[in-house]
Amino acid sequence: MTRPQSRILPQVTADSRAFWSGGAEGELRIYRCHNCGRWFHPPVGVCFRCRSRDVAPEAASGRATVAALTVNHHPWFGEVFPPPYVVAIVELAEQPDVRLTTQIVDCPVEDVHIGMPVEVDFEQHDDVWVPVFRPAASTTATRNGGNQ
Amino acid sequence: MTFVDDRVVITGIGQSDVGRRLGRTGVDLAIDAALAAIADAGLQPEDIDGVASYPGNVPAEGGFVGALSHDIRDALGLSTTWVLSGAETPGQIGTLMDGAAAIAGGRATHVLSFRSVWESTAQAAGRAQALTGVAARAGGHAEFRMPFGAASAANWIAMYAQRYMHEHGLTREQLGQIPLNGRRNAARNPKAIYTDPMTLDDYLDARMISYPFGLFDCDVPCDGATAVILSRREAAGGLRRPAIAIEAAGSALYERHTWDQRTDLTTMAAHDTTHHLWQNTKMTPADVDFAELYDGFSYLCAQWIEAFGFCEKGKVGAFLSEPERFALDGDLPINTHGGQLSAGRLHGYGFLHEACLQLWGEAGERQIPKDVEIAAVGVGGGPEAGCLLLRREG
Ligand SMILES: [Zn+2]
Repeated sequence: MTRPQSRILPQVTADSRAFWSGGAEGELRIYRCHNCGRWFHPPVGVCFRCRSRDVAPEAASGRATVAALTVNHHPWFGEVFPPPYVVAIVELAEQPDVRLTTQIVDCPVEDVHIGMPVEVDFEQHDDVWVPVFRPAASTTATRNGGNQ
Repeated sequence: MTFVDDRVVITGIGQSDVGRRLGRTGVDLAIDAALAAIADAGLQPEDIDGVASYPGNVPAEGGFVGALSHDIRDALGLSTTWVLSGAETPGQIGTLMDGAAAIAGGRATHVLSFRSVWESTAQAAGRAQALTGVAARAGGHAEFRMPFGAASAANWIAMYAQRYMHEHGLTREQLGQIPLNGRRNAARNPKAIYTDPMTLDDYLDARMISYPFGLFDCDVPCDGATAVILSRREAAGGLRRPAIAIEAAGSALYERHTWDQRTDLTTMAAHDTTHHLWQNTKMTPADVDFAELYDGFSYLCAQWIEAFGFCEKGKVGAFLSEPERFALDGDLPINTHGGQLSAGRLHGYGFLHEACLQLWGEAGERQIPKDVEIAAVGVGGGPEAGCLLLRREG
């Protein structure tokens, strides 16, 4: 599907700055706890599992799997962001219970399915790099990569 | 242990006109509902010493905040010992539960609790236009959704629905039984927005909004206000009819308040809050005579059916395949007024109002033919959920 002309951009906070700017260096930056080692999202200054304050954004691989999706057909944003397009919840390869709501781009909407391997791509708008996802370059490569 | 030690009962209900583009403010509608509820309880405005409402003074699109607690308190010249409003609460009836707790805790005797909306009038220009006119950036929980085109609850909830369909085989034909049932019941409700007969083909052929949700999977914005009076049990003795007891209430949320991080994407907060409710009563799902279950989107009603335990986990598709079971004359009538899908988005309170009306035998042409004593009410969707088990006394 085509990319939208414009998006409603996020109100970036001190907690979310790494997430929205990591794309400038090609990195999907997700918060990780240095005490228990687990990742979490959305970003905030404490691990909700072990309550450690020793948390920081870290570059994730950018590989993920589609866990849920919807093909949106309603023109919520008029002509600047025309339907149809796919909104999805993707699970990160590092830790499947860390999920991002995102858009699946660069493929026909009918090709997207639950379980589909995807990889991050960044779209720059002003000072924000929006992490959208596209079909993984190769399913096999993604699987191998996920095991490294 | 019963909810607030069974010290609080429902003594009155009231509702304004309900419709599309009524051209009245949310405050004006809420005044109608409040006065009707106070009179229905057999009380005078002077008797009301507590006020609760949803959602309070929050930023929202036009018509969502119909009236604040203070708006109605001031309009009616109420002298109060307790007042509250809020959106950070378990479903739209969350502050009503707090009103009951306030009474049980000795802070009030008769609490007026209400919800008012005038979204139809306020948004007559259309939601799409409202969104495209927004140049500002998305903050709060919209920060991680709006940039990706996930503009509406239709999108967020459709993703859950499709995950459930993927795991458990729920079909659109089964999901469609919820709006079809609502439409059949709405035909007997003089206040309903949509009353024309609808077929499964009408449902399936309707304009797609966000797959699997077509137009008739999404509720209809309306103008209208609903009010409920809660009273201390000892103060309810002389009133004009038997009270409705709150047998149990559920307000639990066991995970983060989130639209995408919940461990099991085939469940919602409804599952937590109903678990909480059943922990606090000896009754079981088999004791429930009928259910009024939030259907802002068809799938939310399906979630409530499963969450309350009216079917096994993962089996709501089979339940929905037998629509005669939840029709007005079925074993477990559901959404007897038409639900929000056909009777309008009164935002939760419409279900509570209908449950009381049915328990009191005052539902007119749509009165459930069997005798009904126990009602289940589930309100909210996604991470927002609260529920009640109501019992008619006397
Ligand atoms: Zn930790």
